[in-house]
Amino acid sequence: MENNNSSNLVEIKSVDKWFGELQALDNVSLNVPSGKVMVIIGPSGSGKSTLLRCINYLETPTNGQVWFNGEKMSGDQKELNRHRAEIGMVFQSFNLYAHLTILQNITLALKVVKKLDEKEAETLAMEQLKRVGIADKADKMPAQISGGQQQRAAIARALAMRPKLMLFDEPTSALDPEMIKEVLDVMMMLAKEGITMIIVTHEMGFARAAADEVIFMDHGRIVERNTPDGLFNNPASDRTKLFLSQILHK
Amino acid sequence: MIAEDSLTPAQKIALRQSRRQRLRTRLATFPWWLVIVGLIIGATLWLITKSPTYSEAFATIRTGMVVTLVITLISYTISLLIGLFTGLGRVSSNIVSQNIATLYVEVMRGIPMLVSIFFIALVLVPGIIEMLSFLGSKFTEAGLTGIGASLANMNTKSISMSVRAVIALSLTYGAYSAEIFRAGIQSVPVGQMEAARSQGMSYGQAMRNVVLPQAIRNVLPAIGNDFISMLKDSSLVSILAVRDITQIARLYAGHSFRYPEAYTTLSVMYLTMTMLLSLLVKLLERRLANNGK
Repeated sequence: MENNNSSNLVEIKSVDKWFGELQALDNVSLNVPSGKVMVIIGPSGSGKSTLLRCINYLETPTNGQVWFNGEKMSGDQKELNRHRAEIGMVFQSFNLYAHLTILQNITLALKVVKKLDEKEAETLAMEQLKRVGIADKADKMPAQISGGQQQRAAIARALAMRPKLMLFDEPTSALDPEMIKEVLDVMMMLAKEGITMIIVTHEMGFARAAADEVIFMDHGRIVERNTPDGLFNNPASDRTKLFLSQILHK
Repeated sequence: MIAEDSLTPAQKIALRQSRRQRLRTRLATFPWWLVIVGLIIGATLWLITKSPTYSEAFATIRTGMVVTLVITLISYTISLLIGLFTGLGRVSSNIVSQNIATLYVEVMRGIPMLVSIFFIALVLVPGIIEMLSFLGSKFTEAGLTGIGASLANMNTKSISMSVRAVIALSLTYGAYSAEIFRAGIQSVPVGQMEAARSQGMSYGQAMRNVVLPQAIRNVLPAIGNDFISMLKDSSLVSILAVRDITQIARLYAGHSFRYPEAYTTLSVMYLTMTMLLSLLVKLLERRLANNGK
């Protein structure tokens, strides 16, 4: 029987991912303890997003295993849908359902996946909208609100499912500079509440302040893993040093 | 309004020029063709009320209106259902359904509609009936007399030409609307499906609740235009001797030798219907464009 350490919410074991001839992930192993905030940084094309998408199987690993909450993820659709309902994901381009209001965006999966009735779903949805500070936008269409508000709505949509884990795939990269802060503030609030989070981002200030651990990836591999202090102030590898110096001297 | 007295002569000239410019644009964008279509329809209506031969032609052809409309509506509805499921098959990752859907679409699109109506009505339908009645006789031999007898008693004549016309039109148009639905589904950004799947929805749930509502909205004008095409192409069923307005006009022209009366009236009847319908589609298109904002 395969063993699994139960204090880890996520365990990635020797995962490879190939896109045709291109290797996006090269033998990546990573465990994420419950309640921790992990930030993944690295140059574009380093496999950060692919790794994140392998965790909820939006990408199927070519080799290796992903364990979530003590269970091995597999291609079985029923199992997969059950796991995904417990893993919230926030995308770079928000991906709010364009034909639904903000409120309906949140209630849809509550009704379809969690089988809640309209009333319960709306109560939960309003709760989450208040939490991210856009309760007044409940009846707007996604296209009618700002990018920052859309991303906060997307976070509320993920939170409403009461996930055990939140994945953030460059949540502020598509935002105008003046809207980045409002989204980071919401994420900071969640980090303080002790939600397990894995975040791919280029916001180094946020990584420093919110992360329990920072992971630096390059060429599909994890180069370095450390506390924010350790990684930013005292990087062990030259590759990390080079990346940090480039990004901090922009 | 600008008080013209207070303007310098140069400004007055400029104002006049800009007004002339505006008039010119308005004249250039005015739908003159629509006026001419209106005149043609008006003139024919006038002929129908004034000329006894025209009014006789119209009174005769009009009797086929119900057949034309019923065949169009039923075939259109069925073709949309076929198209929706075939379109879903086209974008499916299941190799079997994807290939079946593509086979159907490519075959139907590769045969002229006139020919496929002949083929479906006179070869495919009789062939299926024959097969069913053969199966019926085998069932009867095997002792299943109930279902066996009812199948064995089927013969080609038990399916009327109108029904075959509907089957033929539905199958041909099903392939066309499948392509519309496929394009509609593919016009919805992948992120929509991904977001739904990431929340734990199955492929079917995500398709039904997230992708299809947006896809169908995107293709509503195209689907509306398909109805107009179907109305016109329903005239092809006249070759199966189905008594739609085209067939009745042909018969009327054939025995009265009033070709101008028959075919002018017939053409204007189609034109009136398609003009009204395309106006509706344009309004729908404008409403959708405004709602999207």
